[in-house]
Amino acid sequence: MRISGRVVAVVVVTVVVVAGTTVYAVDAYRDSRAPASSASEVLPADLDAVTDVPHVVFRSTAPGPEYGLVAMSPLTDPAGPRAFTTIACDRIDAVSGAASCLRTVRGIATRFEAELLDESWESVRTWPLPGVPSRTRLSDDGSLVATTSFVTGHSYGTVGFSTATEVHSADGTSSGNIEQFAFTVDGKPFVAADRNFWGVTFVDADTFYATAASASAGTTWLVRGSLSARTLESVREGVECPSLSPDGTRVAFKKDVGSGGTVHWSVAVLDLESGTETVLGETRSVDDQMEWLDDSTVLYGLPREGQTGATDIWSLAVAEGAVAEILIPDAWSPAVVRP
Amino acid sequence: MYISLNDRPSSRTGGQVARSRGGRVSSVIVTLGVVSLLTDISSESVAAVLPLYLTTALGLSTIAYGFIDGLMQGASALVRVAGGWAADRGDRPKWVAFVGYGLSALTRGGLALAGGFAAVTALVAVDRVGKGIRTAPRDAMISAEADPDHVARAFGVHRMLDTIGAALGPLIAFVVLWAVPDGYTTVFVVSFGFAVIGVAVLGFLVPDRRPRADAARAARVVDTLTPAGPAPSRQFSWRHLTDPRLRRLFLVAGVLGLLTIGDGFIYLALQNRDGFATQWFPLLYVGTNVAYLLLAIPVGRLADRVGRAKVLVAGHLALVAAYLCAGLQTGTAVLTVGTLALLGVFYAATDGVLAALAGRLADPSARASAIGTAQTVVAVARMVAATGFGVLWYLVGPSTAMLAAAGALLAAVAVGSHLARTLDAAPAADSALPTGDA
Repeated sequence: MRISGRVVAVVVVTVVVVAGTTVYAVDAYRDSRAPASSASEVLPADLDAVTDVPHVVFRSTAPGPEYGLVAMSPLTDPAGPRAFTTIACDRIDAVSGAASCLRTVRGIATRFEAELLDESWESVRTWPLPGVPSRTRLSDDGSLVATTSFVTGHSYGTVGFSTATEVHSADGTSSGNIEQFAFTVDGKPFVAADRNFWGVTFVDADTFYATAASASAGTTWLVRGSLSARTLESVREGVECPSLSPDGTRVAFKKDVGSGGTVHWSVAVLDLESGTETVLGETRSVDDQMEWLDDSTVLYGLPREGQTGATDIWSLAVAEGAVAEILIPDAWSPAVVRP
Repeated sequence: MYISLNDRPSSRTGGQVARSRGGRVSSVIVTLGVVSLLTDISSESVAAVLPLYLTTALGLSTIAYGFIDGLMQGASALVRVAGGWAADRGDRPKWVAFVGYGLSALTRGGLALAGGFAAVTALVAVDRVGKGIRTAPRDAMISAEADPDHVARAFGVHRMLDTIGAALGPLIAFVVLWAVPDGYTTVFVVSFGFAVIGVAVLGFLVPDRRPRADAARAARVVDTLTPAGPAPSRQFSWRHLTDPRLRRLFLVAGVLGLLTIGDGFIYLALQNRDGFATQWFPLLYVGTNVAYLLLAIPVGRLADRVGRAKVLVAGHLALVAAYLCAGLQTGTAVLTVGTLALLGVFYAATDGVLAALAGRLADPSARASAIGTAQTVVAVARMVAATGFGVLWYLVGPSTAMLAAAGALLAAVAVGSHLARTLDAAPAADSALPTGDA
């Protein structure tokens, strides 16, 4: 009798939980199918017209059917009407004539891929990524594509995290994971097991900057790499996710100023020749690779507080105490293109 | 498969239970397996989408998360011993396990309510603690419930159900995300639902047995029947963990664990050379899980027949073969699938079998602590192995490192089989009565 009472209790709990979960899931499903009421807030613009003038390419996060699609708006009115492509990306970079897109391919088997696109947003090449898209950068002439993905753990019980950063040529050849490059810190080979590399920014057809990190060494470095020599050498400590300025003299980066084990990334700029570091006036923690709007302004994405899935692109003048302002609302992963 | 919901008398006093080869697995073990299945659906569905949630929904990089995750693994290993100790000390393994499962279920509810990096990190941490607490008491319950001649099979049944949950979890999560784009909260709600049902099944359907009290009662009976039989201890004592056979098992597990480098590296090595492995990289662990769940029971039966310690040690030969497959310079799809199958064999031959061995070698009053200690020894040894192997990986490259690890592990298997030779012959600590076979 007692056993059957217990069985009844389990059945009751199960029925209640299944019913509650189903109601919630069906509701969420309906919501996701319903036409978003705020879709009309984003005005569409003509793609060709925007492509021909200086513009910002970004991932649109405005609610509605275009959520997640690559869009662009002219620099003259970045927050105004945006022109949508049909390409969905998690991260996007674009230069005149080429774009690199990293995306999550949803399905029962969720996978990740990188795609190189031409000037008319046609696919040139697609290749698989081993993990969640993180950063991508094209060289100025569009001949090199850098991708960083997070290779996360494979099961609940195993420790697993590393970054996989590769550089692909437009013709399809790959550098392999740049982890395999010879890495030196202050001229000495560095071989700690937990080193990771991410956030490439190109200097020319061979040279690039990136981030190196090692948890055991407890630090990060700005590294300068050579594709032909397959080497990486440390330049400076404490520089993450570098982004080279258009004039090539500075890198914008995120600088960890957190204390007591918490991470807080400030936006900073390093003058490569003098080594002078300037921390800009952004008080929120920024986890993004900066994009230069021009030689005196950087752009970055920030998630909007309290609104899951909502993000904005902010602009910040490269000057101490400058105040950030929203350049494009409902947008992510900016890339400035000057045709 | 001989799973049945028919109850059978548990056989903690050993020996006298009729043991046909097709003896049924206790309903308690199947119920515990169902609890694990539900809990694994819950935890693996969250684990599968967490990196995506952090990056696409919260706009964070998972770097910081990865570091914290690594630290938490260490904490979880230590909590495991504490969970085992609490279960033995209080003689209430069910309720210690319940606390562990309950804690993890609460974190799923928390995820559904709270967003943000700090909340996620804290909840993952608590979840890991919950996992640490529950594992040893639960395995001790399985060990106590199992027919002494079929302990490894009983663990096989449990691990099969557990792994089915682990395989279904990500599938369910991705189906939800497919139907509801960015429906992470829905995933968390569904995950919470499975966890709650799992906790309810444990709380309502698993009997609250008190192994020490039961053993003491049985001993009194035994004393009157065969005065020569040693009475199991009535009090928990750490001294039970220094039993020579147990120490030997810890040593064997530790030695082999020191050369168990972690699946992550094997998958990375496959991915490094092989387009097939890269394309399916996020799903490689599913292949391993499928092989594991298919083999858990057959390998468990084999272990009961030929010797658990033998199978535990020999299972590492499958790992040697997996290293060799992953270490080859050129890869094919067939080789990748073969590597995953070998990993499945390795898990089938080691995970449940280790708990089965530890549970049988230990005094019933220290069973959970013994299992917890054995698992912690393995976990810590593997962490050391992963760190050491990482250095080797970068020094000599994936292929050479894999081949070196294979060679070293092969030597360790030789040492391990020498050390373990007496473990199968040793009478189980709680089988005081003479048994027909050993």
